[in-house]
Amino acid sequence: MIEKLRKARAWTKKGCGLFAALAMLLVLPPLFCAVCLAQGKADKSAFQFPKAFPVPANNHVTSARVELGKMLFFDPRLSGSNWISCATCHNPAMGWSDGLPTAIGNGMTTLKRATPTIVNTAFNELQMWDGRFHSLEEQAVGPMQAPGEMNSTMGDILSKLKSMPGYVQAFEQAYPGEGVSQDTVAKAVASFERTIISQGAPFDAWVHGKQNAINSSAQRGFDLFTGKANCVACHSGPNFTDEGFHNIGLNGDDVGRFAKLPIKISKGAFKTPTLRDIALTAPYMHNGEYRTLEEVIDHYDRGGDNKENLDPSIQPLGLTRQEKRDLLQFLKTLSGKQVAVTLPRLPQ
Amino acid sequence: MKFPVKRMASILTALMMIPPVVRAGEQTVDQKDKTFMMNGAKVAALKVKVGDVILFKNLDPYFHNVFSLSDTKLFDLGSFPQGQSRSVTFDKAGKVEVECAIHPQMKLTVEVK
Repeated sequence: MIEKLRKARAWTKKGCGLFAALAMLLVLPPLFCAVCLAQGKADKSAFQFPKAFPVPANNHVTSARVELGKMLFFDPRLSGSNWISCATCHNPAMGWSDGLPTAIGNGMTTLKRATPTIVNTAFNELQMWDGRFHSLEEQAVGPMQAPGEMNSTMGDILSKLKSMPGYVQAFEQAYPGEGVSQDTVAKAVASFERTIISQGAPFDAWVHGKQNAINSSAQRGFDLFTGKANCVACHSGPNFTDEGFHNIGLNGDDVGRFAKLPIKISKGAFKTPTLRDIALTAPYMHNGEYRTLEEVIDHYDRGGDNKENLDPSIQPLGLTRQEKRDLLQFLKTLSGKQVAVTLPRLPQ
Repeated sequence: MKFPVKRMASILTALMMIPPVVRAGEQTVDQKDKTFMMNGAKVAALKVKVGDVILFKNLDPYFHNVFSLSDTKLFDLGSFPQGQSRSVTFDKAGKVEVECAIHPQMKLTVEVK
Protein backbone atom coordinates (compact mmCIF):
# COMPACT_ATOMS: atom_id res chain seq x y z
CA MET A 1 0.00 0.00 0.00
CA ILE A 2 2.75 2.37 1.04
CA GLU A 3 4.67 1.42 -2.10
CA LYS A 4 1.59 2.21 -4.22
CA LEU A 5 1.26 5.60 -2.55
CA ARG A 6 4.94 6.36 -3.16
CA LYS A 7 4.56 5.47 -6.83
CA ALA A 8 1.46 7.59 -7.06
CA ARG A 9 3.24 10.54 -5.45
CA ALA A 10 6.20 10.08 -7.77
CA TRP A 11 3.88 10.11 -10.78
CA THR A 12 2.08 13.11 -9.39
CA LYS A 13 5.41 14.90 -9.11
CA LYS A 14 6.31 13.85 -12.65
CA GLY A 15 2.85 14.92 -13.78
CA CYS A 16 3.26 18.27 -12.10
CA GLY A 17 6.65 18.68 -13.72
CA LEU A 18 5.23 17.79 -17.12
CA PHE A 19 2.25 20.08 -16.58
CA ALA A 20 4.54 22.89 -15.49
CA ALA A 21 6.72 22.37 -18.59
CA LEU A 22 3.64 22.40 -20.83
CA ALA A 23 2.33 25.48 -19.08
CA MET A 24 5.68 27.20 -19.58
CA LEU A 25 5.59 26.29 -23.26
CA LEU A 26 2.11 27.72 -23.58
CA VAL A 27 2.63 30.81 -21.47
CA LEU A 28 6.17 31.84 -22.35
CA PRO A 29 5.78 32.63 -26.06
CA PRO A 30 2.82 35.01 -25.56
CA LEU A 31 4.64 36.50 -22.58
CA PHE A 32 7.75 36.91 -24.70
CA CYS A 33 5.66 38.54 -27.46
CA ALA A 34 4.04 40.85 -24.91
CA VAL A 35 7.48 41.88 -23.67
CA CYS A 36 8.63 42.33 -27.28
CA LEU A 37 5.66 44.55 -28.05
CA ALA A 38 6.13 46.55 -24.87
CA GLN A 39 9.72 47.16 -25.92
CA GLY A 40 8.69 47.87 -29.50
CA LYS A 41 10.25 44.74 -30.98
CA ALA A 42 7.65 44.45 -33.71
CA ASP A 43 7.50 41.71 -36.25
CA LYS A 44 9.54 43.01 -39.18
CA SER A 45 7.84 40.65 -41.62
CA ALA A 46 4.71 42.83 -41.41
CA PHE A 47 6.72 45.45 -43.30
CA GLN A 48 7.95 43.29 -46.17
CA PHE A 49 7.23 45.13 -49.38
CA PRO A 50 5.09 43.21 -51.91
CA LYS A 51 6.80 42.07 -55.11
CA ALA A 52 4.00 43.37 -57.35
CA PHE A 53 1.51 46.22 -57.22
CA PRO A 54 -2.24 45.66 -57.65
CA VAL A 55 -3.68 46.24 -61.11
CA PRO A 56 -7.37 46.43 -62.06
CA ALA A 57 -8.69 43.66 -64.30
CA ASN A 58 -9.69 46.11 -67.04
CA ASN A 59 -6.37 47.94 -67.20
CA HIS A 60 -3.36 45.65 -67.23
CA VAL A 61 -0.08 47.47 -67.32
CA THR A 62 1.79 47.33 -70.65
CA SER A 63 4.78 49.36 -71.79
CA ALA A 64 2.64 51.09 -74.46
CA ARG A 65 0.15 52.18 -71.81
CA VAL A 66 2.84 53.39 -69.42
CA GLU A 67 4.61 55.33 -72.21
CA LEU A 68 1.33 56.97 -73.28
CA GLY A 69 0.47 57.75 -69.66
CA LYS A 70 3.88 59.31 -69.18
CA MET A 71 3.37 61.58 -72.20
CA LEU A 72 0.00 62.69 -70.87
CA PHE A 73 1.41 63.18 -67.37
CA PHE A 74 4.13 65.54 -68.61
CA ASP A 75 2.01 67.35 -71.23
CA PRO A 76 0.98 70.89 -70.14
CA ARG A 77 -1.48 71.05 -73.04
CA LEU A 78 -3.87 68.98 -70.95
CA SER A 79 -4.55 72.14 -68.94
CA GLY A 80 -6.80 75.02 -69.92
CA SER A 81 -3.80 77.36 -69.99
CA ASN A 82 -1.57 74.87 -71.88
CA TRP A 83 0.93 75.63 -69.13
CA ILE A 84 0.30 73.21 -66.26
CA SER A 85 0.88 69.47 -66.47
CA CYS A 86 0.33 66.78 -63.83
CA ALA A 87 4.12 66.94 -63.34
CA THR A 88 4.00 70.66 -62.52
CA CYS A 89 2.79 69.71 -59.04
CA HIS A 90 3.89 66.06 -59.06
CA ASN A 91 7.48 66.84 -59.94
CA PRO A 92 9.79 63.79 -59.96
CA ALA A 93 12.71 66.03 -58.99
CA MET A 94 10.87 66.85 -55.76
CA GLY A 95 9.70 63.42 -54.67
CA TRP A 96 6.78 63.56 -57.13
CA SER A 97 5.40 66.52 -55.19
CA ASP A 98 6.11 70.27 -55.42
CA GLY A 99 8.05 71.31 -52.34
CA LEU A 100 5.33 73.83 -51.48
CA PRO A 101 3.28 73.99 -48.26
CA THR A 102 0.10 73.85 -50.36
CA ALA A 103 -0.27 73.54 -54.12
CA ILE A 104 -0.40 76.40 -56.62
CA GLY A 105 -2.98 75.90 -59.33
CA ASN A 106 -4.49 77.67 -62.31
CA GLY A 107 -3.83 81.43 -62.39
CA MET A 108 -1.20 81.06 -59.63
CA THR A 109 -3.97 80.40 -57.12
CA THR A 110 -2.75 78.94 -53.85
CA LEU A 111 -4.84 75.90 -52.99
CA LYS A 112 -5.72 74.83 -49.45
CA ARG A 113 -4.07 71.40 -49.43
CA ALA A 114 -0.56 70.11 -50.02
CA THR A 115 0.26 68.15 -53.16
CA PRO A 116 0.54 64.52 -52.10
CA THR A 117 3.33 62.49 -53.67
CA ILE A 118 2.23 59.96 -56.25
CA VAL A 119 4.80 57.48 -54.98
CA ASN A 120 3.14 54.12 -54.22
CA THR A 121 -0.38 55.36 -55.02
CA ALA A 122 -0.83 52.00 -56.78
CA PHE A 123 -1.41 50.54 -53.32
CA ASN A 124 -3.98 53.10 -52.17
CA GLU A 125 -7.51 51.91 -51.45
CA LEU A 126 -8.78 55.46 -51.94
CA GLN A 127 -7.11 58.46 -53.57
CA MET A 128 -6.76 62.12 -52.47
CA TRP A 129 -6.45 63.53 -48.94
CA ASP A 130 -10.20 63.09 -48.43
CA GLY A 131 -10.44 59.76 -50.28
CA ARG A 132 -12.99 61.05 -52.75
CA PHE A 133 -11.73 58.91 -55.63
CA HIS A 134 -11.90 55.13 -55.56
CA SER A 135 -9.17 54.39 -58.10
CA LEU A 136 -6.21 55.94 -59.88
CA GLU A 137 -8.33 55.93 -63.04
CA GLU A 138 -10.98 58.08 -61.33
CA GLN A 139 -8.35 60.35 -59.80
CA ALA A 140 -6.29 60.85 -62.95
CA VAL A 141 -8.90 62.96 -64.76
CA GLY A 142 -10.01 64.91 -61.66
CA PRO A 143 -7.32 67.63 -61.42
CA MET A 144 -7.32 68.13 -65.22
CA GLN A 145 -10.90 69.38 -65.00
CA ALA A 146 -10.78 71.10 -61.59
CA PRO A 147 -11.06 74.90 -62.10
CA GLY A 148 -8.49 75.58 -59.37
CA GLU A 149 -6.00 73.09 -60.74
CA MET A 150 -5.51 72.42 -64.47
CA ASN A 151 -8.78 74.13 -65.39
CA SER A 152 -9.60 72.24 -68.55
CA THR A 153 -12.62 70.32 -69.82
CA MET A 154 -12.61 66.77 -71.08
CA GLY A 155 -14.01 68.00 -74.41
CA ASP A 156 -11.03 70.34 -74.88
CA ILE A 157 -8.53 67.71 -73.78
CA LEU A 158 -9.87 65.09 -76.17
CA SER A 159 -10.07 67.44 -79.15
CA LYS A 160 -6.47 68.56 -78.57
CA LEU A 161 -5.26 64.96 -78.32
CA LYS A 162 -7.21 63.86 -81.39
CA SER A 163 -5.66 66.69 -83.42
CA MET A 164 -2.19 65.20 -82.94
CA PRO A 165 -1.51 62.04 -85.03
CA GLY A 166 1.29 60.99 -82.68
CA TYR A 167 -1.19 60.77 -79.81
CA VAL A 168 -3.85 59.00 -81.89
CA GLN A 169 -1.27 56.40 -82.83
CA ALA A 170 -0.06 56.03 -79.23
CA PHE A 171 -3.63 55.52 -77.99
CA GLU A 172 -4.19 52.89 -80.69
CA GLN A 173 -1.05 51.05 -79.62
CA ALA A 174 -1.96 51.23 -75.94
CA TYR A 175 -5.69 50.56 -76.19
CA PRO A 176 -6.38 49.08 -79.64
CA GLY A 177 -9.84 49.94 -80.93
CA GLU A 178 -10.78 51.97 -77.83
CA GLY A 179 -9.96 55.37 -79.32
CA VAL A 180 -9.06 58.63 -77.58
CA SER A 181 -11.61 59.00 -74.81
CA GLN A 182 -11.89 60.05 -71.16
CA ASP A 183 -11.69 56.37 -70.30
CA THR A 184 -8.44 55.73 -72.18
CA VAL A 185 -6.87 59.01 -70.97
CA ALA A 186 -7.69 57.99 -67.39
CA LYS A 187 -6.43 54.44 -67.85
CA ALA A 188 -3.16 55.54 -69.48
CA VAL A 189 -2.31 58.13 -66.81
CA ALA A 190 -3.22 55.63 -64.07
CA SER A 191 -0.96 53.01 -65.68
CA PHE A 192 1.97 55.41 -65.60
CA GLU A 193 1.28 56.50 -62.01
CA ARG A 194 1.03 52.87 -60.94
CA THR A 195 4.66 52.30 -61.92
CA ILE A 196 5.99 55.06 -59.63
CA ILE A 197 7.06 52.84 -56.76
CA SER A 198 9.61 53.59 -54.07
CA GLN A 199 11.92 50.57 -53.94
CA GLY A 200 15.23 49.49 -52.49
CA ALA A 201 15.13 51.58 -49.31
CA PRO A 202 17.77 50.74 -46.67
CA PHE A 203 14.85 49.78 -44.41
CA ASP A 204 13.83 47.04 -46.86
CA ALA A 205 17.34 45.59 -46.87
CA TRP A 206 17.23 45.56 -43.06
CA VAL A 207 13.82 43.85 -43.07
CA HIS A 208 15.32 41.20 -45.32
CA GLY A 209 18.06 40.49 -42.81
CA LYS A 210 20.93 42.83 -43.70
CA GLN A 211 21.64 43.92 -40.14
CA ASN A 212 23.92 46.86 -40.93
CA ALA A 213 21.63 48.30 -43.65
CA ILE A 214 20.38 50.83 -41.13
CA ASN A 215 22.33 52.18 -38.17
CA SER A 216 21.58 51.46 -34.53
CA SER A 217 19.85 54.81 -34.02
CA ALA A 218 17.43 54.01 -36.87
CA GLN A 219 16.86 50.54 -35.41
CA ARG A 220 15.96 52.13 -32.08
CA GLY A 221 13.73 54.50 -34.06
CA PHE A 222 11.90 51.52 -35.54
CA ASP A 223 11.34 50.15 -32.03
CA LEU A 224 9.92 53.53 -30.99
CA PHE A 225 7.83 53.74 -34.16
CA THR A 226 6.23 50.39 -33.39
CA GLY A 227 6.32 50.77 -29.60
CA LYS A 228 6.39 53.84 -27.37
CA ALA A 229 5.51 56.37 -30.08
CA ASN A 230 2.88 54.01 -31.59
CA CYS A 231 3.16 55.62 -35.04
CA VAL A 232 2.27 52.17 -36.33
CA ALA A 233 -1.33 52.59 -35.10
CA CYS A 234 -1.90 54.43 -38.39
CA HIS A 235 1.33 54.12 -40.40
CA SER A 236 1.17 50.34 -40.63
CA GLY A 237 2.24 47.69 -43.12
CA PRO A 238 4.86 47.83 -45.87
CA ASN A 239 3.46 51.06 -47.32
CA PHE A 240 3.29 52.64 -43.86
CA THR A 241 -0.39 53.52 -44.04
CA ASP A 242 -3.57 51.95 -42.70
CA GLU A 243 -5.44 53.42 -45.69
CA GLY A 244 -7.51 55.14 -43.02
CA PHE A 245 -8.63 58.64 -42.03
CA HIS A 246 -7.61 60.40 -38.83
CA ASN A 247 -7.87 63.82 -37.24
CA ILE A 248 -4.33 64.33 -35.91
CA GLY A 249 -4.87 67.76 -34.37
CA LEU A 250 -3.53 70.10 -37.03
CA ASN A 251 -4.50 73.75 -37.28
CA GLY A 252 -7.08 75.14 -39.71
CA ASP A 253 -10.74 74.66 -40.43
CA ASP A 254 -10.53 72.15 -43.30
CA VAL A 255 -13.13 69.45 -42.52
CA GLY A 256 -11.31 66.91 -44.76
CA ARG A 257 -13.02 63.53 -45.03
CA PHE A 258 -16.20 64.88 -43.40
CA ALA A 259 -17.18 66.63 -46.66
CA LYS A 260 -17.32 63.20 -48.26
CA LEU A 261 -18.48 61.20 -45.25
CA PRO A 262 -20.61 63.08 -42.69
CA ILE A 263 -19.72 60.92 -39.70
CA LYS A 264 -18.48 62.80 -36.62
CA ILE A 265 -15.03 61.23 -36.39
CA SER A 266 -14.38 62.14 -40.04
CA LYS A 267 -14.42 65.84 -39.22
CA GLY A 268 -10.91 67.18 -39.69
CA ALA A 269 -9.72 63.69 -40.65
CA PHE A 270 -7.40 63.11 -43.61
CA LYS A 271 -6.01 60.04 -45.28
CA THR A 272 -2.93 58.53 -43.67
CA PRO A 273 -0.17 59.14 -46.23
CA THR A 274 2.58 56.67 -47.01
CA LEU A 275 5.90 57.32 -45.29
CA ARG A 276 7.88 55.88 -48.19
CA ASP A 277 10.28 58.55 -49.52
CA ILE A 278 9.09 60.80 -46.70
CA ALA A 279 12.46 62.55 -46.39
CA LEU A 280 12.07 63.68 -50.02
CA THR A 281 8.62 65.25 -49.78
CA ALA A 282 8.82 68.22 -47.41
CA PRO A 283 6.85 70.24 -46.36
CA TYR A 284 4.55 67.93 -44.43
CA MET A 285 0.89 67.33 -43.51
CA HIS A 286 -2.24 68.02 -45.57
CA ASN A 287 -1.89 71.73 -44.91
CA GLY A 288 1.89 71.87 -45.32
CA GLU A 289 2.15 73.14 -41.76
CA TYR A 290 5.57 71.66 -41.02
CA ARG A 291 8.77 72.36 -42.88
CA THR A 292 10.78 69.48 -41.45
CA LEU A 293 10.34 65.96 -40.10
CA GLU A 294 11.66 67.21 -36.74
CA GLU A 295 8.64 69.52 -36.55
CA VAL A 296 6.34 66.61 -37.44
CA ILE A 297 7.81 64.48 -34.65
CA ASP A 298 7.39 67.39 -32.20
CA HIS A 299 3.73 67.66 -33.24
CA TYR A 300 3.03 64.05 -32.36
CA ASP A 301 5.12 64.32 -29.19
CA ARG A 302 2.85 67.19 -28.06
CA GLY A 303 -0.21 65.06 -28.80
CA GLY A 304 -1.40 67.42 -31.53
CA ASP A 305 -2.46 71.06 -31.25
CA ASN A 306 -6.12 71.39 -32.23
CA LYS A 307 -7.98 69.11 -29.81
CA GLU A 308 -11.37 69.42 -31.50
CA ASN A 309 -12.48 65.97 -32.60
CA LEU A 310 -8.91 64.71 -32.12
CA ASP A 311 -8.32 61.02 -32.86
CA PRO A 312 -8.00 59.34 -29.43
CA SER A 313 -4.82 57.56 -30.64
CA ILE A 314 -3.08 60.94 -30.56
CA GLN A 315 -1.64 61.33 -27.06
CA PRO A 316 1.42 63.15 -25.70
CA LEU A 317 4.36 60.78 -26.08
CA GLY A 318 7.00 62.07 -23.69
CA LEU A 319 9.86 61.40 -26.10
CA THR A 320 13.40 62.29 -25.09
CA ARG A 321 15.65 64.27 -27.45
CA GLN A 322 17.54 61.10 -28.28
CA GLU A 323 14.31 59.24 -29.02
CA LYS A 324 13.25 61.99 -31.41
CA ARG A 325 16.62 61.74 -33.15
CA ASP A 326 16.20 57.96 -33.40
CA LEU A 327 12.74 58.31 -34.95
CA LEU A 328 14.11 60.77 -37.49
CA GLN A 329 16.95 58.42 -38.37
CA PHE A 330 14.43 55.65 -38.89
CA LEU A 331 12.19 57.77 -41.16
CA LYS A 332 15.20 58.60 -43.32
CA THR A 333 15.75 54.89 -44.00
CA LEU A 334 12.43 54.77 -45.90
CA SER A 335 13.79 56.61 -48.96
CA GLY A 336 13.97 54.30 -51.95
CA LYS A 337 16.74 54.19 -54.54
CA GLN A 338 16.49 57.29 -56.65
CA VAL A 339 15.77 56.43 -60.27
CA ALA A 340 16.58 58.83 -63.11
CA VAL A 341 13.42 59.98 -64.88
CA THR A 342 13.69 60.84 -68.56
CA LEU A 343 11.18 63.26 -70.00
CA PRO A 344 9.09 61.98 -72.90
CA ARG A 345 9.13 63.62 -76.33
CA LEU A 346 5.58 64.88 -76.80
CA PRO A 347 3.62 64.56 -80.06
CA GLN A 348 3.05 67.80 -81.99
CA MET B 1 -65.78 29.03 -1.15
CA LYS B 2 -66.96 29.38 -4.68
CA PHE B 3 -64.28 29.10 -7.35
CA PRO B 4 -64.23 32.37 -9.41
CA VAL B 5 -64.51 30.72 -12.82
CA LYS B 6 -65.48 33.88 -14.66
CA ARG B 7 -62.67 35.87 -13.08
CA MET B 8 -60.10 33.18 -13.86
CA ALA B 9 -61.32 32.96 -17.45
CA SER B 10 -60.96 36.70 -17.91
CA ILE B 11 -57.45 36.62 -16.43
CA LEU B 12 -56.50 33.75 -18.75
CA THR B 13 -57.93 35.62 -21.74
CA ALA B 14 -55.99 38.71 -20.76
CA LEU B 15 -52.81 36.66 -20.43
CA MET B 16 -53.36 35.18 -23.86
CA MET B 17 -53.65 38.70 -25.29
CA ILE B 18 -50.11 39.52 -24.15
CA PRO B 19 -47.68 38.65 -26.90
CA PRO B 20 -45.08 36.09 -25.89
CA VAL B 21 -41.72 37.55 -24.89
CA VAL B 22 -39.32 36.85 -27.73
CA ARG B 23 -35.66 37.12 -26.97
CA ALA B 24 -34.09 38.94 -29.90
CA GLY B 25 -31.19 37.18 -31.54
CA GLU B 26 -27.75 38.58 -30.81
CA GLN B 27 -24.73 38.00 -32.98
CA THR B 28 -21.19 39.11 -32.42
CA VAL B 29 -19.14 40.53 -35.25
CA ASP B 30 -15.45 41.02 -34.54
CA GLN B 31 -13.33 43.79 -35.97
CA LYS B 32 -9.97 42.16 -36.59
CA ASP B 33 -7.13 43.06 -38.95
CA LYS B 34 -9.34 45.79 -40.41
CA THR B 35 -12.03 43.31 -41.47
CA PHE B 36 -15.39 42.27 -40.10
CA MET B 37 -15.16 38.68 -38.88
CA MET B 38 -17.43 36.04 -37.38
CA ASN B 39 -15.99 33.01 -35.63
CA GLY B 40 -12.56 33.74 -37.06
CA ALA B 41 -13.68 34.04 -40.70
CA LYS B 42 -14.11 37.18 -42.77
CA VAL B 43 -17.75 38.11 -43.25
CA ALA B 44 -19.00 40.40 -46.04
CA ALA B 45 -22.75 39.77 -45.75
CA LEU B 46 -24.99 38.74 -42.90
CA LYS B 47 -28.70 37.97 -42.55
CA VAL B 48 -30.59 38.91 -39.38
CA LYS B 49 -34.22 39.16 -38.31
CA VAL B 50 -36.03 42.37 -37.46
CA GLY B 51 -35.24 43.14 -33.83
CA ASP B 52 -31.93 41.30 -33.82
CA VAL B 53 -28.87 42.86 -32.26
CA ILE B 54 -25.32 42.81 -33.60
CA LEU B 55 -22.52 43.35 -31.13
CA PHE B 56 -19.41 44.78 -32.79
CA LYS B 57 -16.26 43.92 -30.87
CA ASN B 58 -12.93 45.59 -31.56
CA LEU B 59 -10.08 43.07 -31.39
CA ASP B 60 -7.50 45.28 -33.12
CA PRO B 61 -4.90 47.27 -31.15
CA TYR B 62 -6.29 50.55 -32.52
CA PHE B 63 -9.63 52.36 -32.59
CA HIS B 64 -12.50 51.34 -34.81
CA ASN B 65 -15.83 52.87 -35.72
CA VAL B 66 -19.08 51.37 -36.97
CA PHE B 67 -21.65 53.38 -38.90
CA SER B 68 -24.30 53.14 -41.57
CA LEU B 69 -25.86 55.85 -43.69
CA SER B 70 -28.40 53.39 -45.13
CA ASP B 71 -32.05 54.48 -45.20
CA THR B 72 -33.04 51.27 -43.39
CA LYS B 73 -30.84 52.01 -40.39
CA LEU B 74 -28.87 55.17 -39.80
CA PHE B 75 -26.37 54.95 -36.97
CA ASP B 76 -22.91 55.97 -35.80
CA LEU B 77 -21.39 54.06 -32.89
CA GLY B 78 -18.44 56.47 -32.48
CA SER B 79 -14.91 55.20 -32.01
CA PHE B 80 -13.87 52.59 -29.47
CA PRO B 81 -10.60 50.88 -28.56
CA GLN B 82 -9.43 47.27 -28.42
CA GLY B 83 -11.52 45.07 -26.17
CA GLN B 84 -14.60 47.29 -26.25
CA SER B 85 -17.91 46.55 -27.98
CA ARG B 86 -20.85 48.52 -29.32
CA SER B 87 -24.22 47.08 -30.26
CA VAL B 88 -26.92 48.11 -32.67
CA THR B 89 -30.50 46.83 -33.01
CA PHE B 90 -31.78 46.27 -36.53
CA ASP B 91 -35.41 47.24 -36.11
CA LYS B 92 -36.53 47.56 -39.72
CA ALA B 93 -36.44 45.21 -42.68
CA GLY B 94 -34.11 46.06 -45.54
CA LYS B 95 -30.48 46.21 -46.53
CA VAL B 96 -27.95 48.00 -44.30
CA GLU B 97 -24.45 48.83 -45.49
CA VAL B 98 -22.20 48.84 -42.42
CA GLU B 99 -18.75 50.45 -42.55
CA CYS B 100 -15.91 51.81 -40.42
CA ALA B 101 -15.36 55.54 -40.93
CA ILE B 102 -11.70 55.21 -39.96
CA HIS B 103 -10.89 52.25 -42.23
CA PRO B 104 -13.03 52.41 -45.40
CA GLN B 105 -11.89 48.97 -46.54
CA MET B 106 -14.15 47.49 -43.82
CA LYS B 107 -17.57 46.77 -45.29
CA LEU B 108 -20.45 44.54 -44.19
CA THR B 109 -23.90 44.20 -45.73
CA VAL B 110 -26.61 43.29 -43.23
CA GLU B 111 -29.85 42.02 -44.70
CA VAL B 112 -32.66 42.47 -42.20
CA LYS B 113 -35.72 40.26 -42.77
